[in-house]
Amino acid sequence: MIDWFTVCAQVINFVILAWLMKRFLFKPILAAIDARETLIAGELSAATSKQAAAESGRLAFEKKAGDFDQQRAALLSKATTDATVWREKMLADARQAADDLSAERRDALAAESKSIADAVGRRARQEVFAIARRTLNDLGGVSVQACIVDAFCRRVRATPGPTRARLGEALSSGSIPAVVRTAVELPAEGRAAVQQSLNETFAADVPLRYETVPALIGGIELVAGGHKVVWSIDEYLCSLEKGIAEVFGRKSVSAPDPVTATLGAAEGK
Amino acid sequence: MRLSPDQLVFWQHGFFKLNGTLVFTWALMALLAIGSKLITRQLSVDLTRARWQSLLEIIVTGIATQIEEVGLRHPRKYIGFFGTLFLFVALAALCTVFPGYEPPTASLSTTAALAICVFVAVPVFGIADQGVGGYLKTYLEPTIIMLPFNLISEASRTLALAVRLFGNMMSGAMIIGILLTITPFLFPIVMTVLGLLTGVVQAYIFSILAAVYIAAATRPRATTPAASPAT
Repeated sequence: MIDWFTVCAQVINFVILAWLMKRFLFKPILAAIDARETLIAGELSAATSKQAAAESGRLAFEKKAGDFDQQRAALLSKATTDATVWREKMLADARQAADDLSAERRDALAAESKSIADAVGRRARQEVFAIARRTLNDLGGVSVQACIVDAFCRRVRATPGPTRARLGEALSSGSIPAVVRTAVELPAEGRAAVQQSLNETFAADVPLRYETVPALIGGIELVAGGHKVVWSIDEYLCSLEKGIAEVFGRKSVSAPDPVTATLGAAEGK
Repeated sequence: MRLSPDQLVFWQHGFFKLNGTLVFTWALMALLAIGSKLITRQLSVDLTRARWQSLLEIIVTGIATQIEEVGLRHPRKYIGFFGTLFLFVALAALCTVFPGYEPPTASLSTTAALAICVFVAVPVFGIADQGVGGYLKTYLEPTIIMLPFNLISEASRTLALAVRLFGNMMSGAMIIGILLTITPFLFPIVMTVLGLLTGVVQAYIFSILAAVYIAAATRPRATTPAASPAT
């Protein structure tokens, strides 16, 4: 049954076949499988690396987004605060400007009112003085200037004791002559009357110098050594001016000169 | 009727002869070698590959898995031997569908040659794995008294391998030949299909038994399988 030549030949055949199969089949196939597994492992490793990188990038992005949100919130808060402060400042400035404007308008109105009142008072004095002059002229040919001089002389003579003493001392000790101011130039009779009343009152020859001040309108004033004796229709016109001021809503009226007021008040009594 | 392709002699000169067993064996060798060469000529290492490459990879990895499951730790070291054994026996059985073909495994000379190869491979792989001393010591285990029984076991299992494969392959071919003379149409087809199945099963069994023998020789006695697969 067994052919030993065939057995030997088959053994050799099998050995050759085993070598051929290992050479042409198993080795290349296993090498290809290994190469593919290496390729897949490499791709898996690369994918893992990319996944890790993507995860890292995602975390970095989330951190940046968080930081950005915080910065945005901080900037928004700062901007809101700045806007609020700026709005308050602008409102305060606007209020201040409105107040300033209001005060300016109030002052302008007050100044305008005062100016009108002054103009009206001045005009009223001029008119009253003109009326009085025309009236006195029409009634008896009496000069207003002469009456004013007369009234001034009476006031000088009626000067109270202490005032007269201080005024007399100023008139006698001063080397500078006393000044007599009038609205219009005083005639010789008037100057003589004034000189006489002063010489009699102070028992001395009082040197005088005459000046013309149109603003006085109707009055005479004597200035010597810081003292002053005045007669003027101003004090009478003050009540008129007060009435006008009340019409314009003024609360206060400029007070007259202390000496004038004192003397005027005394004269009025 | 021929019981073996050995009896189909084409040429003879004294001890040397050219019979059917050798001719069919060479044909199978050429088919396997040329087919493998053609398929593995352009192997792809990418994820996409040809169908033939996929088939071969499935076969090769399947053989490697079977070797590993038997207990051999490094299947690539043994795949050349066992893979060739399996593919040769399986292809010899599958080619019975071709008329006029006679499987060389139906010759006791061929199965004896394959059994002798296994018989030689067992100590070769055993010595390669454990060294000469380690391998020879396995014949003295568990005691020195077991030495003759171990030697008888080695010889008897080689003989069993040869006779088992020869009996199965020869009987399949013989049954088909007998049935062809009795019922020429139906039974031969059924038996041929059955023969394909039994041929592949025999190839598997032959390879697995050889792997088990070698695994037993390359591992310490304590970790050898408790029982060998049986036909």
